[in-house]
Amino acid sequence: MARLSLAERLEILADAAKYDASCASSGTSKRNSRDGKGLGSTEGMGICHAYAPDGRCISLLKILLTNHCIFDCHYCVNRKSSNVRRARFTPREVVDLTLSFYRRNYIEGLFLSSGIVRSSSHTMEQLIEVARSLREDHAFRGYIHLKTIPEADPQLVERAGLWADRVSINVELPTDAGLARLAPDKDSGQIESAIGRIGDAIVEAKDARKRFRHAPRFAPAGQSTQMIVGADGASDSQIIGRANGLYDRFGLRRVYYSAFSPIPDASAVLPLRRPPLMREHRLYQSDWLVRFYGFSATEVQQATDAEGMLALDIDPKLAWALKHRESFPIDINLATREQLLRVPGLGTRAVAAILQARRHHRLRLEDLGRLTRSIARLRPFIVTADWRPASITDSVDLRARLAPPPRQMELFG
Amino acid sequence: MTARPGATSRQHCILVERPDDLEAWREQARALAAAGVVPEHVIWSLQSSGAADLFGGAAAPAACLPSPAAPLAVRANEAFLGLAESVIRHRDPARFALLYRLLWRLQGDRRLMEKPADSDVHCAMAMGRQVRRDIHKMRAFVRFRAVTEPDGGDRYIAWFEPEHHVVRANARFFLDRFASQRWSILTPDLCLHWDGESLVEAPGADPRDAPREDATEDLWQRYYASIFNPARLKVGMMVKEMPRRYWKNLPEAQLIPQLIAGAQAREAAMVAQGADPFPAAPPETLEEIAQGIAACRRCPIGCNGTRAVPGEGPARARLLIVGEQPGDSEECAGRPFVGPAGQLLDRHLRQAGLDRASIRLTNAVKHFRFEPRGKRRIHQTPTAGQIDLCRWWLEAERRLVKPDMVLALGASAGRALLGRAPRLADERGTAMRLADGAGLWLTVHPSYLLRLEGAARDREEARFQDDLARLRIMLEEPAATP
Ligand code: SF4
Repeated sequence: MARLSLAERLEILADAAKYDASCASSGTSKRNSRDGKGLGSTEGMGICHAYAPDGRCISLLKILLTNHCIFDCHYCVNRKSSNVRRARFTPREVVDLTLSFYRRNYIEGLFLSSGIVRSSSHTMEQLIEVARSLREDHAFRGYIHLKTIPEADPQLVERAGLWADRVSINVELPTDAGLARLAPDKDSGQIESAIGRIGDAIVEAKDARKRFRHAPRFAPAGQSTQMIVGADGASDSQIIGRANGLYDRFGLRRVYYSAFSPIPDASAVLPLRRPPLMREHRLYQSDWLVRFYGFSATEVQQATDAEGMLALDIDPKLAWALKHRESFPIDINLATREQLLRVPGLGTRAVAAILQARRHHRLRLEDLGRLTRSIARLRPFIVTADWRPASITDSVDLRARLAPPPRQMELFG
Repeated sequence: MTARPGATSRQHCILVERPDDLEAWREQARALAAAGVVPEHVIWSLQSSGAADLFGGAAAPAACLPSPAAPLAVRANEAFLGLAESVIRHRDPARFALLYRLLWRLQGDRRLMEKPADSDVHCAMAMGRQVRRDIHKMRAFVRFRAVTEPDGGDRYIAWFEPEHHVVRANARFFLDRFASQRWSILTPDLCLHWDGESLVEAPGADPRDAPREDATEDLWQRYYASIFNPARLKVGMMVKEMPRRYWKNLPEAQLIPQLIAGAQAREAAMVAQGADPFPAAPPETLEEIAQGIAACRRCPIGCNGTRAVPGEGPARARLLIVGEQPGDSEECAGRPFVGPAGQLLDRHLRQAGLDRASIRLTNAVKHFRFEPRGKRRIHQTPTAGQIDLCRWWLEAERRLVKPDMVLALGASAGRALLGRAPRLADERGTAMRLADGAGLWLTVHPSYLLRLEGAARDREEARFQDDLARLRIMLEEPAATP
């Protein structure tokens, strides 16, 4: 086979990486290169340098070191038995690409992952070499996210955290049974213990830095993981429960959900149809309810239907409110922050603005119109100085009236 | 708020020298407020906007201020200054007046800035957000191109067009990030140059001053095209975050149209494999159909960039004539049956005593399927799958127009009405009935006649004329109308 050019390999290895949901580059320590010696900086918030037509942010050079793989996970386009074009980069090539993209302000940094070649530990060493070279040889101060390989030598996995801002290990599937069936080479116990070790190392490094200012940083942007939705039979309720367990036990920064997308050359074990994209969106919304809106995982689970699925036509907060009508209406002028956050249609920003504004006068609907995006959705759930719903929260057709009209696009989703 | 003591009723024309200079504005505003000048009496303008000439080289700002015997104490607070920092960089010329009004009102109401529902505060906050967004977008969308300088070193040069006056506000960001390389950011209003040691400001530049190309852009474009997942198109989301006004200076944005078109064709291919792509509720008006087909991409024809051609004629008609698909002229005109075949049809209709104005004319397929050959677009017959897909629109039109009689011209139209391939030779000239009770009459398409010559043409035209004449008789016979 003719040797592929750098550009061709970039196409193959970027294409293979696009099923990874995460592209975040936020939340790491602040750095700059004002001293003129290194390259790059990080602020609290990462920057999305471009958006693709799929609406996703492009902030990092997200590629695989190689898409050769000795494993055979059914949901993965790079599995051993899949018939895709294969390519690989040398660590040096990845370093050069990252730097030349970075210098032109295309990216915030690198998100590197890999198929498994030779052995897990060998592959992990190569990934680490890229990060080491960027940091040591080029004093690169941009963002690095390494996807680590849980089967590799634990010491290697931990070394990743010394160079990377964030490390992630994918739990892949929400249930152990799903993993056993679809990823026969992987082991959920091993995955969880690797996540656990990294979690511990992060906590230790934070502690050490409190005591010694020069203690090395360890994955300052924390650890994340990803779950594929819709490839096994797990319900939304199970997924929410699993994510919550991961947040609680390992202090993860983020759990990403990736709607299983029928991949070229799919294996026969998989469902043919992908789940509606809306399902992924609803799971992210439920994730937010827990992380920022003071809901417990159990409460979000209550918003699911008899099969444990979140409604697709309305968001989980509205679903929860419709099931708990007795908690409404809520008086905008008297309610606590926690109560306000439960009102469907009020986001954290709107709640902050309401709390601020009501210190000066009692809010009317018109005021609310300026502080929120739309009051039509809010009305049934709130009381203001000039508005009180006529026991509207009891009416049967409330859901129908609040659900947005079905959009054609989703039929394609 | 009423004028405070010491206020005068004179108009004050204040010139602001630099569009984003908060310090200078503060000096001027403080002097005005101290002199008790009410906001309504101040006209702010920017030096560079030519205002200076307009007022005959207006005097220095201070000179046109009254000097009150007892200047008033003017106080701002952090919330105000923090917001002003952003608002001053907004491109709206009204920003100076808005800020002054806020400063003025702040003297009487120390908590003004805490009232986001107040309309001035609300407006300033919105402007502040727009400016902060533009600052952020500049950090995101500046694209450097590398050039080699005489000493062999590289310089990274970008051309950027910010929406507001945010270049200075971003200098620090680019220094923090790229201090180890030489760079220049050129914009229409202001340029920044960093040589590794000092940062130099220069007046606005021209896009031609920036380098045209950089070999790395090809890699970046390939990356952009590969990282995107064509199975999930969310163009609205993309445009919201990456507004079109920035596209022309983003190398990757040049690919967007072709990526979208490719993804849609792929979607259409998925549809062809069986999923039902139409919404549950059919359109309720003919306008809805016209809009619906314009946006329709359910089969690959819709993705070829042509415009859809809706039916034409009365909204309720006794006779509906269905052709195959718009041709080259129809696509250009956006109207059915206006090309050579249409003219031939018109002639035969007249001859048969049928009045085109009272007939509704439409096509089985709403987009033009063609194959480009040089500059010409050669008609291509739509596939059975495409006809079946597009039938959804035809049925919607039939439901609304409620014709007594449908005339199908050619095999494609026959298929669209019957849901199966018609046997033209047998079924031509026999009255059939459709499920909704309307009569169906099948004949050839006039474009078939156009392809014939000599005696064959005469013979077929006569047959066609005969079909139309019998159709007219059926329309006149009450028995034909159930
Ligand atoms: S030809 Fe018909 S089905 Fe195909 S895109 Fe056009 S309107 Fe839609």
